[in-house]
Amino acid sequence: MIPASFDYARPDSVETALAALAAGGEDAKVLAGGQSLVPLLRLRLAYPSVLVDLGGVSELRGVRDDGDALVIGAMTTHYEVMTNALVREHAGLLAEATGTVADPAVRHRGTFGGSLAHGDPAGDLPAVALAYGAQMVIAGSGGRRTVEAADFFVDYLQTAVGPDEVLVEVRVPKLGAGWGHHYEKFHRTAQAWALVGVAALVRRSNGSIAEARVGLTNMGTTPLRASAAEAALAGVDASAAAVASAADHAADGTSPSSDLHAQSDYREHLARVLTRRAVASAAGL
Amino acid sequence: MTETLESSKLVGQPLKRKEDARLVTGETNWTDNIQLPGMLYMAILRSPMAHAKIDRIDTSRAAQMPGVVAVYTGADLAGLGIPCVWPVTDDMVGPTFPVLAADEVRFAGDAVAAVVADSRYRASDALEGIEVDYSPLPAVIDMTAALADGADLVHSDKGTNKCYYWEFTGGDYAAAKAKAEAEGGRVFHRQYIQQRLIPNAMEPRAVVCAPMAATGEITLWSSTQIPHVVRVLLALVTGIPEQKIRVIAPDVGGGFGSKLDLYREEVIAAVVAGKLGRPVKWTESRSEGYQATIHGRDQIQDIEVACTADGTLLGLKVDLVANMGAYLQIITPGIPLLGAFMYNSIYKFEALHFGCTGVFTTTTPTDAYRGAGRPEATYAIERLMDDLAAELGVDPLELRAKNWIKHEEFPFTTIAGLEYDSGNYEAATAKATELLDYSGLRAEQARRRESGDPVQLGIGVSTFTEMCGLAPSRILSALKYVAGGWESSTVRVLPTGKVEVVTGTSPHGQGHVTAWSQIAADALGVPFEDIEVIYGDTKMSPHGMDTYGSRSLVVGGIAVLHAAERVVEKARRIAAHQLECDPADLDFEGGVFKVRGTPGAEKAIQAVAFEAFTAHDLPEGVEPTLTADSTLDPNQFSYPHGTHLCAVEVDTETGAVVIRKYVAVDDIGNVVNPMIVEGQVHGGIAQGIAQALYEEAVYDADGNLVTGTMVDYLVPSAADLPHFTTDRTVTPATTNELGVKGVGEAGTIASTPAVVNAVVDALRHLGVHDMRMPCSPQTVWRTIQTAAGASSNSNGAQS
Ligand SMILES: Cc1cc2nc3c(=O)[nH]c(=O)nc-3n(C[C@H](O)[C@H](O)[C@H](O)COP(=O)(O)OP(=O)(O)OC[C@H]3O[C@@H](n4cnc5c(N)ncnc54)[C@H](O)[C@@H]3O)c2cc1C
Repeated sequence: MIPASFDYARPDSVETALAALAAGGEDAKVLAGGQSLVPLLRLRLAYPSVLVDLGGVSELRGVRDDGDALVIGAMTTHYEVMTNALVREHAGLLAEATGTVADPAVRHRGTFGGSLAHGDPAGDLPAVALAYGAQMVIAGSGGRRTVEAADFFVDYLQTAVGPDEVLVEVRVPKLGAGWGHHYEKFHRTAQAWALVGVAALVRRSNGSIAEARVGLTNMGTTPLRASAAEAALAGVDASAAAVASAADHAADGTSPSSDLHAQSDYREHLARVLTRRAVASAAGL
Repeated sequence: MTETLESSKLVGQPLKRKEDARLVTGETNWTDNIQLPGMLYMAILRSPMAHAKIDRIDTSRAAQMPGVVAVYTGADLAGLGIPCVWPVTDDMVGPTFPVLAADEVRFAGDAVAAVVADSRYRASDALEGIEVDYSPLPAVIDMTAALADGADLVHSDKGTNKCYYWEFTGGDYAAAKAKAEAEGGRVFHRQYIQQRLIPNAMEPRAVVCAPMAATGEITLWSSTQIPHVVRVLLALVTGIPEQKIRVIAPDVGGGFGSKLDLYREEVIAAVVAGKLGRPVKWTESRSEGYQATIHGRDQIQDIEVACTADGTLLGLKVDLVANMGAYLQIITPGIPLLGAFMYNSIYKFEALHFGCTGVFTTTTPTDAYRGAGRPEATYAIERLMDDLAAELGVDPLELRAKNWIKHEEFPFTTIAGLEYDSGNYEAATAKATELLDYSGLRAEQARRRESGDPVQLGIGVSTFTEMCGLAPSRILSALKYVAGGWESSTVRVLPTGKVEVVTGTSPHGQGHVTAWSQIAADALGVPFEDIEVIYGDTKMSPHGMDTYGSRSLVVGGIAVLHAAERVVEKARRIAAHQLECDPADLDFEGGVFKVRGTPGAEKAIQAVAFEAFTAHDLPEGVEPTLTADSTLDPNQFSYPHGTHLCAVEVDTETGAVVIRKYVAVDDIGNVVNPMIVEGQVHGGIAQGIAQALYEEAVYDADGNLVTGTMVDYLVPSAADLPHFTTDRTVTPATTNELGVKGVGEAGTIASTPAVVNAVVDALRHLGVHDMRMPCSPQTVWRTIQTAAGASSNSNGAQS
């Protein structure tokens, strides 16, 4: 199918973008890389009155070092994120997970900010942002506010970003030495979304696991932290057996959906297996 | 023939494809690229429901919308329908298939109205302005339920969902079964499911129709495999005189059988363009095509063999239930029957019983999909052979070797009555097992089983054959198919010595331009570059039966050869006349006629062509121009075969399957262009693997197509596929001069059972005996869980 007609605005600053959104009213929509939005338009599942294309807002693009955190502009493409030297050095999990998103064509257009603002629990990056405890900077008519990742993902395809707001940048804390990471993505074809994904950050000290942060992709209507498994991992021996028994709790408290490719019980099973693998790998086991 | 002459031949060389520069750069002519002055755009309103009465259609609002020129409903186009040209039995139920549904919709995506507007966008917008009131009727999705007494009906006026029952026998199956039972042998039964598939040609369908009011002519461009057949059917359906219809298949981006049809949109575009007196274009979107273009496979296969205690096969019984969908497209009912003669495959049986029940459901019609009947047959028999070997405790290759036709037994008439002219299953299998390192992998498999490795290894076998070169017309007649299976060619040497080869085949990715140039260049002794191949336009290539069923080379390519040979014979008479010798005294080498024993007395074929053009000095009875035709009706099918072996690793924790190694040894006889063959084999294997592991079109109980986009219908890409180790053995066909057999479908036919056999083989020791396709991770994982549950239960019961 092909989209219904819409107006198009291409602002060159965050301010003018906000103005365009305000002028467009309720049905105005931000266009970033278009990799999620354009398919919805083509299937006529969305009828925006105006698309406010952020492609011309250069201040939204790029990665900078801000001391204890990296600041990644919302319009930075997946390709730029995964190849950026700062990201690779300080946020290896993000670089790794971004490299699993779709295919090169999508990665050259799709953006980090778009992936988060879209709020699709099957996307790979929300769970990563959650595991890092990233902070989202959102601009609106009243100025800028910062939202913790834990509060950002509200529901299925719903985030803290209001319809008249723009996600501007994301602060990803530098974790420092001693942390290992791994993103374990389980999908049916190379281009497909994750049935389940597990983002693991693990800090080892003296032969044991001092701290583990585990983000889950596609285990509910929002990305989740596997809190029970994280708790079970804290302080245990960095051994395969200890990791395995902690990982058995990975699906505790989740209620994943059922669809054509995975029923909920299979997703829960995958979450346990993949958490074991992701944590073991992140712990260097 | 000397060494040098042999190697100077172009047939057999991996020449780069002439068509690729054009196709790869896109500087070419897809139907959707065609823009004509005053062109209008058509969009089709499709039913959101699987089955419903149409109570009311109101198009008045749509008709007022910006840019809209006309809106048509079923009432406006009453009487126009899609014919089925393969009434497989005398009592087959063949419902009328209107181009627009008038009273009742019978599948999700059924066409309800057509909007014509001045842009594609406005045509799409106007679809939303059409109001339709539907009263839902029960969806009929499950084939078995559809056949039960009292089932809800797809076509209530027919009183049944059964389309036909078709039967075919060879020998006496009951006797073979009795013999097996009497001798302490076995009767071994399996049920396999062929899931429904969506063909997914790279280029979606598209149609452009340009009318010429003054003459009543129409030109119809269509992304079709069968321009010639479309022309005939369009004439029959619309009443437009055939000589006024020109059908052009410009570059066509794949078909796989899905463009082997007359489609509603072609008929509607032709009629509507005529009514409006302006060109009309329709282009399918991908998700629209998922509902409006035919689906493939979708059969329940019950297969039973009777064999002796040592595994010698005696009898074969096959019962199919085949899903027709809601209506019959042009050859829908015949597709499963194309497999009837192939279930016995390469094996010797004393008896065969084949029965097939066609059934209507409220789903998109099915029709030919790459292999059409033969992949289904190969899947069932090859899955069964692996299962039977496991049951008997013998190696699956050994069981096959015991039962296959030995190379010294050719020609061999099978229990299905086909005469296989040639083959060497021993040679292909020996090569494949060596390339795979069969024994090495079996040893590794044993080690992994022993150690309880979470990743298990399995090896799957598929030794296959297929009937290609559709088709001897007398056999098509016996099968009640209403057309022939011949192919035609004209070869013209132009006055300047350049050559035009006209072919009735209609390539859509197969590289006929290159292969036909190789054949003609060898036969005529002219440079490859001097040859132009003309195809896919009923005005320029008036006779043809088009491209499907791995027929093009075996039928159309041989027609090219025959026409070229006739040109040479005509040229020989002219050359002999001018060189003042007997035609028999001329040698023809490298494009030059030479008087035997008289060095220097010679004439090149290009020079002869000029003489034939001026016609100043032709021998008695020889007409001007250097041109000749051939229309070839093949006498026999051809029988490519091969051995495909697949090794997979199955992660028993997640159910994920990874193909570790894939070996394909194909015997397609002589090869015209090995690079094209390689491409066909690679694509074919990929498509077969897709059925084994990835693809399935799923309807829910209400008849909604759940896999409505490529997000849910998973077509694997290069990134998902392993390296293919391909090789060949060469056992030339004895039924045509080139010794060729056809390769378009081989990979698809062979690979599906090889992969599924490998998955099952990896897990047999865990109690897994079968796996439903596609072997998705969830399906594999659940099958393992179920088997584990079953074995712990039975252990519990024993202890
Ligand atoms: C074939 C295919 C496969 C894919 N596979 C994966 C995968 O495996 N994993 C994965 O994670 N993703 C996948 N994606 C999605 C991809 O990562 C997209 O890039 C991402 O979901 C959206 O980013 P975008 O920049 O394209 O956003 P858009 O599509 O432009 O926008 C998406 C939504 O977010 C809103 N939005 C975007 N940016 C902002 C902003 N700065 N402020 C406010 N609102 C904003 C838009 O209004 C819209 O509602 C796939 C996409 C495709 C087409």
